[in-house]
Amino acid sequence: MEYVIIGNGVAAIGAVEGIRQIDLQNPITIIAAEPYATYGRPLIANLLRGKIHEADLAYRPEAFYHDNKVTLLLGRTATKIDVAAHQVLLEDGDKVPYDKLLIATGGKPFIPPIQGKDGPDVYTFTTLDDARKLDALVGKIKQIVVIGGGLIGLKAAESLHDRGLKVTVVELADRILSTAFDQTAGNIIGNRLAEVGIEVITEKSVKEIVRENDRVIGIILNDGQNRSCEAVVIAIGVIPDKDSVEGTGIETNRGIVVNDYLETSVADIYAAGDVAEALDLLSGERRVVPIWPNAYTQGQYAGRNMAGARATYTGGLPMNSIEFYGIPTMSMGMANPADAGYEVITKLIPENNVYRKLVLKDGILVGAMLIGEVERAGILTGLIRNRVKVSDFKEELMKDTLSFSSLPREIRTEWLSSA
Amino acid sequence: MLHQPITKNYHDFIIERDPEKCIQCQVCVRQCSYGAHIYNEKDERVTEDETRCVGCHRCEALCPTGALTIRRNPSEFRENALWAPQFIKNIYKQADTGGILLTGMGNPYPYPVYWDRMVLDASQVTNPSIDPLREPMELRTWLGSKPDAIEVEMKKGKPKLTTNFSPQLQVNYPILFSAMSYGSINLNVHVGLARAAEELGILYNTGEGGLHQSLYKYGKNTIVQCASGRFGVDSKYLNAGVAIEIKIGQGAKPGIGGHLPGEKIGKEISITRMIPEGSDAISPAPHHDIYSIEDLRQLIYALKEATDYEKPVFVKIAAVHNSAAIASGIARAGADVIAIDGFRGGTGAAPTMIRDNVGIPIELALASVDERLRQEGIRNRVSLLAAGGIRCSADVVKAIALGADAVYIGTAALIAVGCTVCQRCYTGKCPWGIATNDPYLAKRINPDIAHRRLANLVRAWGHEIQEMLGGMGLNAIESLRGNREKLRGVGLNEVELNILGIKHAGA
Amino acid sequence: MKKVYAREDVCIGCRLCEIACIVEHSISKDIIRAFKQEEKRPARNVVEECGPVSFSVHCRHCDEPPCVQVCISGAMVKDPKTGRVRNISEKCVGCWSCVMACPYGVIKRDTDQGKVIKCDLCPDRDLPACVSACPNEALLYEEK
Repeated sequence: MEYVIIGNGVAAIGAVEGIRQIDLQNPITIIAAEPYATYGRPLIANLLRGKIHEADLAYRPEAFYHDNKVTLLLGRTATKIDVAAHQVLLEDGDKVPYDKLLIATGGKPFIPPIQGKDGPDVYTFTTLDDARKLDALVGKIKQIVVIGGGLIGLKAAESLHDRGLKVTVVELADRILSTAFDQTAGNIIGNRLAEVGIEVITEKSVKEIVRENDRVIGIILNDGQNRSCEAVVIAIGVIPDKDSVEGTGIETNRGIVVNDYLETSVADIYAAGDVAEALDLLSGERRVVPIWPNAYTQGQYAGRNMAGARATYTGGLPMNSIEFYGIPTMSMGMANPADAGYEVITKLIPENNVYRKLVLKDGILVGAMLIGEVERAGILTGLIRNRVKVSDFKEELMKDTLSFSSLPREIRTEWLSSA
Repeated sequence: MLHQPITKNYHDFIIERDPEKCIQCQVCVRQCSYGAHIYNEKDERVTEDETRCVGCHRCEALCPTGALTIRRNPSEFRENALWAPQFIKNIYKQADTGGILLTGMGNPYPYPVYWDRMVLDASQVTNPSIDPLREPMELRTWLGSKPDAIEVEMKKGKPKLTTNFSPQLQVNYPILFSAMSYGSINLNVHVGLARAAEELGILYNTGEGGLHQSLYKYGKNTIVQCASGRFGVDSKYLNAGVAIEIKIGQGAKPGIGGHLPGEKIGKEISITRMIPEGSDAISPAPHHDIYSIEDLRQLIYALKEATDYEKPVFVKIAAVHNSAAIASGIARAGADVIAIDGFRGGTGAAPTMIRDNVGIPIELALASVDERLRQEGIRNRVSLLAAGGIRCSADVVKAIALGADAVYIGTAALIAVGCTVCQRCYTGKCPWGIATNDPYLAKRINPDIAHRRLANLVRAWGHEIQEMLGGMGLNAIESLRGNREKLRGVGLNEVELNILGIKHAGA
Repeated sequence: MKKVYAREDVCIGCRLCEIACIVEHSISKDIIRAFKQEEKRPARNVVEECGPVSFSVHCRHCDEPPCVQVCISGAMVKDPKTGRVRNISEKCVGCWSCVMACPYGVIKRDTDQGKVIKCDLCPDRDLPACVSACPNEALLYEEK
């Protein structure tokens, strides 16, 4: 039995740990284009910001691969999967046979067709190499524009600002953090960023990246405004990196479609992480939700199933936790409901940068957003995950002193005595 | 300092907080149910209001750094043999409130403690002492009315007892847990008492608060009480235990009824006592159907009827001047066991004047009752229980030598589970979680710990009793009962020796 | 595995468990020094109180720990041998993902250090400090 994993992100780590829960013997091979052992990908922002060193990036101890009998083929790109021959073909012509294959290639940055995007001085921010390149700019340039006001863009902006660059963030939507957060939350964070000196422009797009002698000198927005800058970071989002499955007949949609066992439509091939379109807990639909915990968990379930288990993936829950200049910010589940069929309770204390929002559907908690006050937030996550009817004690959940003691005894007794 | 009433100035205790040791953790604040420790948010410091301290020592016990010491307030009035400080303070209090003084636990005053004036004998040379670790030593006791004589028939060459016995209760130790009602103490303590009684093979007593549903399963170790309020009494209750006790009086407050205020009658207590939630539970001073021995006999037999003559009926009285004659009447009224409660007996609440001035010492009452019943030739008809101020195993041994079949312990049992005898039971705020039904405080009694500690206490006393018996050359508690030859008085006068029926030491 | 379980019915809300936890995880392990001289860190359990109800909540060292799944730095790990979930403080970057994920709400933010702290079941002791400190046996350390 040969296990092969394409990709070396957190889903791959989850898969190795999942496989080893069941099968301690058979070899695992990891093929990855990036020449590094798995690192905490979101940590590239901390690295660029100067809070940690490259040595701190490792997601697992050095001995992890050896201890788990993993052969690493790093810096090698898998170009094709030969389903019939059960082989993965590498760019350099090598072939890696598999019995069970996991595709965990993750996402790649989405680059919109902006005029002037091609050429030097335009960067993305999803890999260690990206962070190194931006790090090299520090001290050499003064101004930079970040296109995209999502989590990655803002983290890049924060890091670069802290390293002394003048940073402008341009966001197409009416607010920053538009995917997981709402207008109020976006404003709180936006104001905080403005306070520390990061310019945030919303409801605008970059029409052109202006170049002189091929080097970037500024940008022009769709309303004609311009900003001078010496570099641009495009951080609009990531899209599933599913190149390797082309021609295999594996069913894809936005991502690679998988069932409750993380199996693709082709036997012995699994997919997990940002590349996979897996079950979403709340909607019951299959969606690409490119967040860290889902990647790990999907990898783990895929790994177990590759090793012969029949572990049913119960679905991922979107959640994000991030801190901007001392303001902890969290969003769990359907924190931003699309239509009016939801009950929304909010609390806002602007002077303390505190915002709290609960979203209920038929009395059941389905989403929460917390800014500033985040202590014990996981209790809310648990209520969402367990689909607990909270209508009778929802006021308690709005308090910053969120606790089990204020919940009905039956609920807390069952909860606390479990696990 | 601004003016404050004199009752505040002359507070009883001082709270000493060692600033070197205090870590401002506020355990004391959370533990003091009287609010004597206060956390000052602004200064982030714990301070104290000593006027509220009742001297229960809960804070001292839980302080993790030993920073606290509770002392007597040394502020002393000018010496006066007549006007002792408590009289002065009580007058201040009553001048403030116009109310009667209330208190808890037993009479604390320095009346003679006769247990401490009696010593036990031991074997030397002429009769061998017995080592209880090597030889059998019987503490088992049977409570109940014994026949005047037994009849034996020879059947097929073997003797067979033909006398019909009244119901008998077998207890493994001559020590029972005395009546403390659910209400005066909380369910957690009751559970502890019931489980300990079950483990030890002894009995506990419900008091007059009824029997909580969850405790019916301990019936084999339960005495159910029927008192003047008749709280919680129905036929199921009467049949739930192994014996029924009619409570006529209580050592701490002879001649007085009881009063559990309505605010303490919560849901569970209301169900158990079979009275409406929030209504005062008033136990009248007398049973309104008992004005004579004949009336008592009616009740005794009514209870026996209700329980098919299967359960011995106890009658408990406070030790008062005419105990001997009263006990004789009770025995003749058909009681199986008479419990006599001395004036040191505890209470959850009693008027201070009653507790401290009414009733007589158990030692004298017990000796006179035993003597009287013997003289009348009816001692066998009843078992005698001594109660009220039994503090140690030696007190148990002395009580049995004076004529008791067994003893009741109440205060000692509560001390075993944490009571420090601060005498504030009547406030319902017992910081040790005993004499309170406040759910926040009641949790302080973990029934498992209470059970273990109560069982430990009785077992420990059992070992000591065996040692003392062995030392006297006896191998069964039966041989000690009424064996006053084993006692001698020390420093007692002729009258006292006569009543106790013992010789003076040296004689 | 053995875990710390709380008995709500006999928890007296004294919070000695928290104090014991702070002392055990202090530098000196001396109560007075820990509180008076050292930087005070939060306790690793949470004592909850609401009216007469009080109880302590402790890390459940879950079989599939959400805190480990969400950790972006690899600081939160479940030891496959002991089953204990541990936060390697040096690796923690204070993103608070575990705070968001823990359904028991027992991972705390130590904002002074910018890291989370959580129960480690006192690796230097046979019985966790909180359990030995409980005056009313409201905390049990047992296999369930």
